[in-house]
Amino acid sequence: MMELLQILEQTGLDLLGPAWLPVWTIVKIMLIVLPIMGAVAYLTLAERKVIGYMQIRIGPNRVGPYGLLQPIADGVKLLFKEIIVPSGSNKFLFILAPIMALAPSLAAWAVVPFADGVVLSNLNAGLLYLLAMTSLGVYGIIIAGWASNSKYAFLGAVRSAAQIVSYEIAMGFALVCVLLASQSMNLGEIVQGQKGSYGLLNWYLLPLFPMFLVYLISGVAETNRAPFDMAEGESEIVAGFHVEYSGMAFALFFLAEYANMILIAFLTSIMFLGGWLSPVPFIPDSFVWLLAKVSFILFLFLWFRATFPRYRYDQLMRLGWKVFIPLTIVWVIVVATWMQTPLWVW
Amino acid sequence: MNFETIVFYVFAALTLFAALRVITARNPVHAVMFLVLAFISSSGIWLLLEAEFLAITLVLVYVGAVMVLFLFVVMMLDINLVRLREGFWRWLPFGAALAGLMVFQMVWVLGSTEIAGGVEAVRHAADYSNTKELGRLIYTDYVYPFELAAVLLLIAMVAAIALTLRRRKDSKSQVVADQVAVKKADRLRVVKMQAEKPAAGHPSASKE
Repeated sequence: MMELLQILEQTGLDLLGPAWLPVWTIVKIMLIVLPIMGAVAYLTLAERKVIGYMQIRIGPNRVGPYGLLQPIADGVKLLFKEIIVPSGSNKFLFILAPIMALAPSLAAWAVVPFADGVVLSNLNAGLLYLLAMTSLGVYGIIIAGWASNSKYAFLGAVRSAAQIVSYEIAMGFALVCVLLASQSMNLGEIVQGQKGSYGLLNWYLLPLFPMFLVYLISGVAETNRAPFDMAEGESEIVAGFHVEYSGMAFALFFLAEYANMILIAFLTSIMFLGGWLSPVPFIPDSFVWLLAKVSFILFLFLWFRATFPRYRYDQLMRLGWKVFIPLTIVWVIVVATWMQTPLWVW
Repeated sequence: MNFETIVFYVFAALTLFAALRVITARNPVHAVMFLVLAFISSSGIWLLLEAEFLAITLVLVYVGAVMVLFLFVVMMLDINLVRLREGFWRWLPFGAALAGLMVFQMVWVLGSTEIAGGVEAVRHAADYSNTKELGRLIYTDYVYPFELAAVLLLIAMVAAIALTLRRRKDSKSQVVADQVAVKKADRLRVVKMQAEKPAAGHPSASKE
């Protein structure tokens, strides 16, 4: 496999010269983005199926065998729908908003490692880059809400902005704990730091368990998923920030939300669940483990949606500011102190 | 002209353009968006100087948090553009004099002999970590100034909260602790009763 890659790089370099590097990078970007798009499509089907079975229904089963072609039918339908730009809207920002929502959630994948050394950009400050990229996603939502020139959309945008900014702080502090434990901001090195002879006992899940919970719940809040989907809140503000969007423009918001979900699942697996490392020492590490962990966390996302009723807004703010942020700050101090003692074995 | 220089000029031109549009844009929301663009392109210039920690932190703190709150406030304002523009010509000489003074200062500082030829960025090996180096400096050589700055920020934060916090006697509020401590038994009563069935053949006349 490695030899084949070397031969490919050599022939490419001979053939294209200095143009080879950008071409090869674009090929690699495609190799990451296209599977994500496929995963997003089938995550929507999985969501409908899983929630269907949880509510003793069957879910989509008409298009293709077991409804497997349903996401494609949905995509084609959205593609052919007309994009209506409201006459009172700010045209340029209205079109820009869905792009601003999707772009950061795809850009973040540049530093996500899929296996040992398999990463687009082996950045030293990978963790910081991720935090910066995930914090940019909120612009798409705010701009969409404001440019639509609609009360419902604006309310949704304002709710979402306050929510995402609040939960980002708790998320950042949870990642500071990971940073302390691994002493590196490189995601590949964070996974390597969880390698050891005891399998899953070496993962940061054990010493940082409260942070794992905080990160996961904040992740649900960051992606505006139920039970924290106040930004959409169908029963109160119709569809929130994207109420005026139709066709592909709406589909881009949808893509961004699900791509963010998959990203959060990947990051949780990498930071706390040992990434591609195997949970038991006698089975080799592989990409399959990472996929299994990611699928489990995505299942949790769907499970939450089927189980919990929507939070009230003041309760959401209380959870973020008065529970999560103090908890994470205390745990940073606990971990920093713990690491100075011989009891720290990770 | 190598690739790096081209990238620098692109980012520099973008920063200047965005900064200019911040003060000339008619719509305040557009002005805020141009300020975001200015931050992002200046973080690109910092990346060229291999200061990746500062560059990413600029995006994380200013673009990701500060400007979001800024946008939040600006969007809620009902800004009258005509009233905002009145008095423009009256204040122009004063503003121009101030701008001239600032330009003079900058030329004076940047034109001095030591840095007149430009400063070459220090090159480092690929495994050099800007973040580690910065952290080491802040917490050893510059620990007192750093702690002092942190305390200053804390004071400003406490003061801002203290100034805006007003307690109204007549406003109603929830006791969250009581709400959280609520048990199922406090709210829900399950009544067990036998299943009843109307008499066979007389569905409507069960009362008789």
